[in-house]
Amino acid sequence: MAQPVISARGLTKRYGAFTAVDGIDFDIAPGESFGFLGPNGAGKSTTMRMIAATSTRTDGTLSVLGLDANHHGPEIRAQLGIVPQGDMLDEELRVIDNLYVYGRYFGLPRAYVKARSEELLDFAQLREKRTARVDGLSGGMKRRLTIARGLINNPKVMLLDEPTTGLDPQARHVLWDRLFRLKEEGVTLVVTTHFMDEAEQLCDRLVVIDKGTIVAEGSPQSLIREYSTREVLEVRFGSARNEAAAGRLEGIGERQELLPDRVLIYADNGEQALQAVTERGLEPVTSLVRRSSLEDVFLRLTGRSLIE
Amino acid sequence: MTAPATYKAVIDHTVVADHQKVRRWGWAHVVEHMVLRMRSYVSTMLLTGIGSPFLYLLGLGFGLGVLVDQGEGIEGVPYLTFVAPALVMATAMQVGAQENTYGVFGGFKWTNMFNAMRLSPVSPGQMAMGMQAGTLVRVVPMLGFYLVALVLFGIATPLRALAMLPIGLLLALAVGSAVMAWVATQKDDRGQLSFIERFVIVPLTLFSGTYFPLETLPGYLQPIGWISPLWHAAELGRAVMYDMAMSPLMWLVHIGFLASVAAIGAVLSVRVFRRRLDG
Repeated sequence: MAQPVISARGLTKRYGAFTAVDGIDFDIAPGESFGFLGPNGAGKSTTMRMIAATSTRTDGTLSVLGLDANHHGPEIRAQLGIVPQGDMLDEELRVIDNLYVYGRYFGLPRAYVKARSEELLDFAQLREKRTARVDGLSGGMKRRLTIARGLINNPKVMLLDEPTTGLDPQARHVLWDRLFRLKEEGVTLVVTTHFMDEAEQLCDRLVVIDKGTIVAEGSPQSLIREYSTREVLEVRFGSARNEAAAGRLEGIGERQELLPDRVLIYADNGEQALQAVTERGLEPVTSLVRRSSLEDVFLRLTGRSLIE
Repeated sequence: MTAPATYKAVIDHTVVADHQKVRRWGWAHVVEHMVLRMRSYVSTMLLTGIGSPFLYLLGLGFGLGVLVDQGEGIEGVPYLTFVAPALVMATAMQVGAQENTYGVFGGFKWTNMFNAMRLSPVSPGQMAMGMQAGTLVRVVPMLGFYLVALVLFGIATPLRALAMLPIGLLLALAVGSAVMAWVATQKDDRGQLSFIERFVIVPLTLFSGTYFPLETLPGYLQPIGWISPLWHAAELGRAVMYDMAMSPLMWLVHIGFLASVAAIGAVLSVRVFRRRLDG
């Protein structure tokens, strides 16, 4: 790997007796799209705040753009674009003014910030909302404005904390499209998400994080290859009968997971597995064959579902 | 990855944020943000700023003033002259307290101003200082209207009115930073924010020798005035406006008290901001 832009060893954050992040190691290369995938409360946002140098680490080392995050906060943040989970826009200001005031916080000249704000308005596809107050924008628009705000200082690294949480599918795709453009330009993206489709879409490489520790690392494809089968057969027998049916599925596929509402059968060929199920005289109410996803990886690694 | 020639890159790597400049001027950018926000309530600001001096001066001048002046006025000057400097200072105190009550609490909870600034190179200490400077920017026009009214009413000469301004600003700074130091520690509004107005600002106005000399109060109530920034500022105001007798020592005491409250409030505020914004 080229000289990493972000590098952590034994990174730890404790709040009193509670350990939010428990000694994690990772390196992020320049231009890479790197993801932290895990359920709510896994320690992703805390890790992001430590990278942004807005939260002091308790232990370990953390270097961001070659600087120690505990000692060079302002210098580090000057080079980061941060998109926090809760937007944090000034809702009483107009769209364009939100970009302007924020740009000034980076010590950039007035005239430059003005011109840059106009440029980013186009990037965020908010031209027609230029003088609208922020509190009247839709969730997707606010999110795009937050991303535009994060770009005002021409950052080397973008930190995106749950970028599409709470958005409808269409708004998510618009957002992903904007982020792809940045990725193509070689901007380093660091993303936290609890959506496996988002991780698959955006991340070159990711770590699966659970209860403050890293449980797996790799590209989405390699993680799926390593921890899951090519396909998954989902069968439902009705919630009262799933457990009884699961007992009779022994030997079909590589592995099975019994969930409250369905049974997952991991197999390289889902159709064959389904045939095997019906040959045993079982008749599922519904059945679905799909490709394995990071959700399955997570389930395998932790025994729990990502979205609970 | 090489982009086609027509493609305009989103990131311009030749532009670099200047964190050294932010280290010096971060507070000023906070002020700039506050001034932009004022645009949305500039009409209410004008209305109260211009309206309240006239209401107070007319009401007190034609009412209480007539009654008091049937005697010999207070301290040898007409009642309106006596009360006017204290009214000006009470305004400075009120604006300083208000801005730092809802402005500060809201900056953490409602408008996200501070949380968003935290993502930039601006430091928590600069946010606290910028907020105080921004408060002064708001106090200036409010005092300005009052002082112009004093001149129009023939209570003060323009020069003496102008000399009241720095005293008012010092008072606003003292009250503002003290209020900020407390409000910044408050995580939820369960009505306690309005206590500042009801149980601090209003009582201080009543017991600080605003409407009558402090010495009128029984001895055991006078200490309220001594610890009240408003009393110290009002005394300075009277000395400036109608040459009320004041020893050099008392000048020092009044100015020193206000400056100390401002300094202690500022140090505490910076500390609270730092702690609160380190997640």
